[in-house]
Amino acid sequence: MLQITDLVKQYPNGFRALHGVSVTVDEPQVVAVIGSSGAGKSTLIRCINRLVEPTTGAIVLEGTDITKLNRAQLRQARRRMGMIFQEYNLVERLTVMENVLSGRLGYVGFWRAFRRNYPADDVASAFELLERVGLGGRHDTRADALSGGQRQRVGIARALMQKPDLLLVDEPTASLDPKTSRQIMRLICALAHERGTPALVNIHDVALAQSTADRVIGLREGNLVFDGKPTDLTPAVLTDIYGEEDWSATIRKDDDDEDEEAVAARDNGHALDAEAYAG
Amino acid sequence: MSYPTTWRPPSLISTPMYRYGLWAAVIAYLFWSMGALEIDWHRISQGIPRAGNMIVRMFPPDFSRSELLWRGVIESIQMAFAASFVGMVLAIPLGLCGARNLAPAPVYYVARGIIVLSRTFHEVIIAIFFVKIVGFGPLAGLLTLIVASVSFIAKMIAEDIENMNMGQVEAVRATGASFPKLLIYAVQPQILPRYLGVCIYRLDANLRHSTVVGIVGAGGIGMTLSATFKRYDYDFSLAILITIIALVFIGEIFSNWVRGKLR
Amino acid sequence: MTLAEHAARYPEVWRKFSPRQTLIRYAWFVGVVFVAVWSIQNLDITWEYFLDAHIQAGDLIVRMVPPDWDHFSDILDPLLETIHIATLGTAVTFAIALPVAFLSARNTTPNTVLWAIGRFILVASRSINTVVWALIFVAIFGPGAIAGIWAIAARSIGFMGKLIAEAIEEIDHGTVEAIEATGASRLKVLLIGVLPQVLPVITGTTVYRWDINIRESTVLGFVGAGGIGIQLYSSINQFQWDEVAVMLLAVFGVVVISEFVSAAVRQRIT
Repeated sequence: MLQITDLVKQYPNGFRALHGVSVTVDEPQVVAVIGSSGAGKSTLIRCINRLVEPTTGAIVLEGTDITKLNRAQLRQARRRMGMIFQEYNLVERLTVMENVLSGRLGYVGFWRAFRRNYPADDVASAFELLERVGLGGRHDTRADALSGGQRQRVGIARALMQKPDLLLVDEPTASLDPKTSRQIMRLICALAHERGTPALVNIHDVALAQSTADRVIGLREGNLVFDGKPTDLTPAVLTDIYGEEDWSATIRKDDDDEDEEAVAARDNGHALDAEAYAG
Repeated sequence: MSYPTTWRPPSLISTPMYRYGLWAAVIAYLFWSMGALEIDWHRISQGIPRAGNMIVRMFPPDFSRSELLWRGVIESIQMAFAASFVGMVLAIPLGLCGARNLAPAPVYYVARGIIVLSRTFHEVIIAIFFVKIVGFGPLAGLLTLIVASVSFIAKMIAEDIENMNMGQVEAVRATGASFPKLLIYAVQPQILPRYLGVCIYRLDANLRHSTVVGIVGAGGIGMTLSATFKRYDYDFSLAILITIIALVFIGEIFSNWVRGKLR
Repeated sequence: MTLAEHAARYPEVWRKFSPRQTLIRYAWFVGVVFVAVWSIQNLDITWEYFLDAHIQAGDLIVRMVPPDWDHFSDILDPLLETIHIATLGTAVTFAIALPVAFLSARNTTPNTVLWAIGRFILVASRSINTVVWALIFVAIFGPGAIAGIWAIAARSIGFMGKLIAEAIEEIDHGTVEAIEATGASRLKVLLIGVLPQVLPVITGTTVYRWDINIRESTVLGFVGAGGIGIQLYSSINQFQWDEVAVMLLAVFGVVVISEFVSAAVRQRIT
């Protein structure tokens, strides 16, 4: 599905963010990318859809090498990659629905986009997705009237509107409170599994990565230093990724508090989050 | 479960009648105003070749009468400098009087009245009056620019004072300071940086306006420019226009530089 | 510690600025005053005219009162024309300033050449006063409102274009990135990612400039570009000061109302 080979990124100021990273994702799984700030997590994700231009290396998605594409071909390729951002990056002054439908911009013509006249199938699946992410009925709300967690749900719906072959998720929870973070992270994982879409998720919260992802890769100063199952994250591995620190409190031995949280979510009427958690 | 297949963004005006009514009103206005203007389309159709002819006659720009050009430019610059200086001095008392939180009500209304009155009329109208009163020449232009500068700077000062932090004023007043001391200690430090910035901006604006008061005979490069148009001396006109653009551009860079330093 | 010891440790006088800072401040002050005095002295001013200025001014005022309201109906049409020139001029500006602003903003310009052209248009437009633009357009289109509309537009493009371009440069880049990541073309990124973010600035500056343009269009007639200025200028030249007074009052009314409307609209949209 996705094959990254020897990816190098050197910024114009000479800083080398990635020193030849190779990653292969060949099944629909959620891959958490961990590492300290500046380790190259964001650069890695952004190189895949070339929001950041890679210096050398190959990125092959479903048989196409993305690094070799021209602007028009890149736009075609980007339509197949949904991206979710830390700061949600919604168009604040537009409605929720317009933001979700903007996921189809790669497919509709300029004039239809101008008239907000999207195909019937797109509109129906936008409504469906909004319901799925827990925002049913909020389609006419302006994005700047939503809370952080709700905005991120819109961001998720926008990315899934593209019916992507790959989800690129850049620090989805870094701007959210701990509880919302978990709900959002579980929602992303549930949707990725439901749709059989592989997802690359940058994440700071090691415990959350461990409890939700199918696979974890660790970056340190632009090098891949870990690639394995969440259960393989030992204090030694974390020291390798982040440097010396007492890790005993960080590593989760058991998902003991989850039942309690699921109950709380149901009590609040967030049946969907419980569902997301179940899936 | 099936979902709706159509969606329209909520409109700014929810009633369709009003929405279409607004469009109809806009179109009706366009027809009405165009009709009312008695536009002579024949004359306009001649405009394009005329413009071409004018451009041909503008090139190359004629810088040969440089003495005349420089005299006008320097006069404009001097008018701008002098008017900005007098303006920044006179604006202080007027601005203080125009601040609702410092001045007593009658003083406030008189000061605001003066500011509104002199800001309503275009510089050119004011210039005409000064030409009638003190005759043709730079004095009329200077007085015009002074009036414009005073009202502009005074308005800014008054608004700044109204928006300033009253807590600081109360704190100084609580020490038993008199009104002038209050101005020096609580008001001046709060508004000085923006005041200087506004003055510099006004210098820049005066430079631009000094080129236009000449058109009604109030001195500066505008007088020369207006004469070239009357004599169809378009190559000299272009030389003057280029000089004005360059002058304003330099003035803007200078003004941005100083305001950057003040920050 | 004795008083003498205190005196030894602290200076007797406290100054906010060091001597060097004080010197620089005074130097600036003296410099500004010097430039101002030099400017006034070198201007070719006949100070004698000043002596009877108050008499002249008094004479003007006496001649203006009472205003000649009989001619009020004659100035209604020119007054409306003034408003039309301002409104249509602003509409033309809107259509031209918008693309120029997108060319002149660093983050939306297609290339450096077009950026430089856009910037030049903005600077040239702003440097030349509306009345000077009117001189040019009167020479092209002949006297009349069309010249006035174009003069208004020519000056306003720089004003609106600059403010909108600055707003475009300050937009949230993340949103643009997100729309780019969906595979949208450049034009669609502008439409969905950029335009909604700057829309309030666009409408705000348009209304604000319309208000300024009302004031500007009152004097276009002085150079033959239509509006109330034509009547105003001829009445002044014929020393019909009672008519002038009526026109000035009318202009005052229109300008104050337009300022009020513009402020009210801008308050609603922000």
